[in-house]
Amino acid sequence: MEKFKKLTGIAAPMPLVNIDTDMIIPKVFLKTIKRSGLGVNLFDEMRYDRDGNEIPDFVLNKPQYREAEILVAGDNFGCGSSREHAPWALQDFGIKAVISTSFADIFFNNCFKNGILPIVLPPEQVEVLMKDAEKGANARMTVDLEAQEITTSDGQVFTFEVDAFKKHCLLNGLDDIGLTMEKSAAIDSFEAQAAQSRPWI
Amino acid sequence: MSPKTLYDKIWDAHVVQQDDDGTCLLYIDRHLVHEVTSPQAFEGLRMSGRTVRAPEKTIAVPDHNVPTTLDRASGVIENEESRIQVEALDKNAREFGVHYYPVNDVRQGIVHIVGPEQGWTLPGMTVVCGDSHTATHGAFGALAHGIGTSEVEHVLATQTLIQKKSKNMKVEITGQLRPGVTAKDITLAVIGATGTAGGTGYVIEYCGEAIRSLSMEGRMTVCNMAIEGGARAGLIAPDETTFSYVKGRPHAPKGAQWEAALAWWKTLYTDEGAHFDKVVTLKGEDIQPVVTWGTSPEDVLPITATVPAPEDFKGGKVDAARRSLEYMGLTPGMKLTDIEIDTVFIGSCTNGRIEDLRAAAAVLKGKKIKDGMRAMVVPGSGLVRAQAEEEGLADIFKEAGFEWRLAGCSMCLAMNPDQLAEGERCASTSNRNFEGRQGYKGRTHLVSPAMAAAAALTGRLTDVRELI
Repeated sequence: MEKFKKLTGIAAPMPLVNIDTDMIIPKVFLKTIKRSGLGVNLFDEMRYDRDGNEIPDFVLNKPQYREAEILVAGDNFGCGSSREHAPWALQDFGIKAVISTSFADIFFNNCFKNGILPIVLPPEQVEVLMKDAEKGANARMTVDLEAQEITTSDGQVFTFEVDAFKKHCLLNGLDDIGLTMEKSAAIDSFEAQAAQSRPWI
Repeated sequence: MSPKTLYDKIWDAHVVQQDDDGTCLLYIDRHLVHEVTSPQAFEGLRMSGRTVRAPEKTIAVPDHNVPTTLDRASGVIENEESRIQVEALDKNAREFGVHYYPVNDVRQGIVHIVGPEQGWTLPGMTVVCGDSHTATHGAFGALAHGIGTSEVEHVLATQTLIQKKSKNMKVEITGQLRPGVTAKDITLAVIGATGTAGGTGYVIEYCGEAIRSLSMEGRMTVCNMAIEGGARAGLIAPDETTFSYVKGRPHAPKGAQWEAALAWWKTLYTDEGAHFDKVVTLKGEDIQPVVTWGTSPEDVLPITATVPAPEDFKGGKVDAARRSLEYMGLTPGMKLTDIEIDTVFIGSCTNGRIEDLRAAAAVLKGKKIKDGMRAMVVPGSGLVRAQAEEEGLADIFKEAGFEWRLAGCSMCLAMNPDQLAEGERCASTSNRNFEGRQGYKGRTHLVSPAMAAAAALTGRLTDVRELI
């Protein structure tokens, strides 16, 4: 997994609430057996018309946001299905951080497995960042995971919370399967004990 | 010892290791697998030279992509990408030696219907699947939730998940439901009351007299949509209804093990005085047959209501409601019962069980659907289908004008050929009314099976109480 330390980039504003996983990556693109190549279909039904032409009004089609690396989104981003294709598509497009007042639980976890940092902030702070993002490409935002700080284009700083273990994995690009495999003795002994106490499992 | 919730008890019984910051390694008793979210996980195992740690606790079944038309027996899936995914599952299931129900096995069906039906899902278990509607299994008092593909790979390799505990939320439905009101109406009414983020960060325990009175099928419908309310999982404490459903299922414990299991299962309830971080109470008598009007499952109203206006909402929901109304082609103030529909879908992991088909058939018996209506029933599993045929339900559906399909996820998410065309409007027993969910620019109104049947007869959203 790619490490996430500190990022300065363009933030795209998506104030719509309840942006769901079907919007992020419609099901027609779930038929892949690979993880890569989904970026072109990110937000497909909002981004292209039926003939595949770009819809100019959609934020990521606007010249100033085509290289966005941060999304500032409305409440409850990523609600819906467990499809990891959603963070795969975001990552493939180049989005490395998403900021909202809240995220759906499974999407939130999936982000961390793919080097994307989801950040929860209070509504009034998200509003400030949304306004900052609306300024366009000349307004770069900085997300510093180490310091747990976001700096707006005009120097305003907000701190954010992040789970210590998830932060550690993201900073170091760690694969948690490898970490868990190191605990296999503990899993063995749990299994042996469960075989006694709950043999029907 | 301080009193514990049901969630606390199941959680505690599965912690392999806990770190100082509360991060836990949680043991997983059952891992369900389908073709859409697993290929990359199996490929990951292969690339890192890992294997499936507990194939005997892993159950695979194709459901999302499979055609549901009767010619499926020929074995040909025309869409190449769908075919490749189903074939990949077949290959992976056989190579790694997990339990497997292939497309043409009569036991095949939607993974969340097959698991309980075969007795894989038992009280007190941890159950995961790369599918958000894994919440369904919470109906058994099992801690069950959806995971992403990276976590699918993690569970395949280690039979554990790295987790932090959620908070406890209680949703109590007091009293009894009125006639014509079902489990689907309960679960939609709860989401309508709490919003789609109302459960975020929580595991919900559903309780109260109205929940206790539900069959296992109804309880599964309620827990299935815990995820639409934002919760990690939904739970219902196991009781005699649960035990009698489980007993005798192919993979349920037998003999002395049954007795031992039963003794433990009977301890799985929330202790008197246990702490809940959030409590929501609805009166069963107040719940009416409901429908959704918008493109979020929280857009719920009683069927007797009218379409709302964007100004009826606050904050970001104003713009979202405006967008929903435009997408749905609805005008504020119009009666919900004046909304004309052209398609009816009965099925899905929410409402594809035998009781759902019985409820719909009871409304349809001896009647015909409206001319020009496209209506289909997609049973949740091959066994549900067989039972419905035996009970004569299939004949009622067919005589009414419904298509009688083979099992799969079908038009719930339209990954197979069962889709809405642009502008078509469907009364659907599924779980999500998102934009494009049932087909590009398709319009979805979520309803109970009885309400879907009523809509098929009249050609518009209809209060089923007028027909019973």
